[in-house]
Amino acid sequence: MGVTSKLGDLGIVTVRLEDTVNWARTRAMWPMLFGLACCAIEMMSTQASVYDLSRFGMELMRPSPRQSDLMIVAGRVTRKMAPVLRQLYDQMPDPKWVISMGDCASCGGVFNNYAIVQGVDEIVPVDVYIAGCPPRPEQLIHGIITLHERVKQERITDWA
Amino acid sequence: MSGLQDSVWAGDIQQLKGLVSERALSGETIVLNMGPQHPSTHGVLRLMLELDGEVVVNCVPDIGYLHTGIEKNMEAKRYEQAITMTDRMDYLNPLGNNLVYCLAIEKIIDLDVPPRAQYLRVLLAELTRINSHLVWLGTHALDIGAMSMFLYCFREREKLLDIFEMVSGQRMMSTYFRPGGLWRDVPEEFEPAVRDFISYFPARIDDYERLLTDNPLWLDRTQGIGFLSAQDAIALGCTGPTLRGSGVNWDIRKAIPYSSYEHFEFDVPLGQHGDVYDRYLIRVEEMRQSLRIVQQAMDNLPGGPVRSNDRKYVPPPRSELGTSMEAVIHHFKLWTEGFRPPEGEVYVRVESPRGELGCYLISDGSPKPWRVHFRTPSLIHLSALPHMAKGYLIADLVGIIGTVDIVLGDADR
Repeated sequence: MGVTSKLGDLGIVTVRLEDTVNWARTRAMWPMLFGLACCAIEMMSTQASVYDLSRFGMELMRPSPRQSDLMIVAGRVTRKMAPVLRQLYDQMPDPKWVISMGDCASCGGVFNNYAIVQGVDEIVPVDVYIAGCPPRPEQLIHGIITLHERVKQERITDWA
Repeated sequence: MSGLQDSVWAGDIQQLKGLVSERALSGETIVLNMGPQHPSTHGVLRLMLELDGEVVVNCVPDIGYLHTGIEKNMEAKRYEQAITMTDRMDYLNPLGNNLVYCLAIEKIIDLDVPPRAQYLRVLLAELTRINSHLVWLGTHALDIGAMSMFLYCFREREKLLDIFEMVSGQRMMSTYFRPGGLWRDVPEEFEPAVRDFISYFPARIDDYERLLTDNPLWLDRTQGIGFLSAQDAIALGCTGPTLRGSGVNWDIRKAIPYSSYEHFEFDVPLGQHGDVYDRYLIRVEEMRQSLRIVQQAMDNLPGGPVRSNDRKYVPPPRSELGTSMEAVIHHFKLWTEGFRPPEGEVYVRVESPRGELGCYLISDGSPKPWRVHFRTPSLIHLSALPHMAKGYLIADLVGIIGTVDIVLGDADR
């Protein structure tokens, strides 16, 4: 607040650029409307009236990957779905983040077999993992807040 | 840029010969992909649509995007371990899946189930049906454009999930039904919670009906759409609300009662026109009927144990372990090796919220099932979807997908 203290109260707040950008990014994340299995139902619960994800600026889920910056992989990823999921990730514009919701997406969960990708981090980089089968809405919200904390740590030098 | 180029289909339309009509090959109609990532396909359904302008000429479902290998995985687990797999199959009806699998095991080993457990099974299965129909109503209305229904339905659903969590510790994947009964008795708070829901919910159903049933927009979007005649519905193997919407009176709870359903009084609502609107009315009425069953089960709930006393198949209660050597041996055998049903094969079926859910179980006398197959309603209804969608506008297709109430986990397993 150096300028303000020298010139008096001008009604101006000075902040760091990276803090402002990170604040804007965390307060208006647009998750992609993309559910795979059971966790998607809990993701819908999180969106709905009781848990109300719009408290975190996330009520708007975009069905198009081109308009979204957060991918919540909600459910088991099959080998047939994996190329589709990677393509959706590639279509998202930067900056983009991935939350792996639930045991199946994080590590294969109870399905250690031929059909399921043993962790979605084999195909896309994951920022936050959420345990649970399926995770409760509170756990998803905690995961999202953890991601927010992580985004707030980003520095200008990382953006290049 | 590479991602963009990849998304352009480089194939030849001739590859689709046999799947699409001749008109598509000459370019007269267009072939359009829908899904697997699409907001109204209820998961990862992929449809190949052939369109003449806005009219759907043909639609070819492409399944397998959620194939989990559950049936194969169950062969590698002991009978009781495999129950956890069934929850994750049709994830809107976890307790119904538990029920059909447990009934199959009980049939093959001829295991008794105490009356209290049977009543609680019926009670919880009906609450699960309400739960599933609430998700269906919320998402179906959301697809057609009624956003607020989603918020209302999920508000009520939370109350049901609280009840499931109360009895089993988990909101969705409860694994509460076990061969021979239930995991354990319901807690004290269960009865007040269910009674509270019984008194609270009917007014909410009235609210939904006030919002939708006579709403001109809703009528325009649902009446006369997705028609399915009674003959076609039977020929395509449809069951549940999809079949009853066409006026066929077939409900397994009435026709072949299981788990003491014969003790309960309820009506089976039937449709007249076989369109999307009739199936909507049926499911809403089914919620009321389910609530009636829940009320009766709560009022007439017998006392007594909730699990069979057959120690060869059911583990002894914890309290016996300190006093009885035999109990310790049974406990050890059941948790290290599992039980061995006699050789044989059975098929049992129950009425899931979507239709007939069957379980075909083959035992070779070992502690693990030799083969478990599920006859799931979603898969059968998916094969009826092209029949229902042909000739309607592409905008109506989302309503038709919604009305068959597809759960892809149920279809692909």
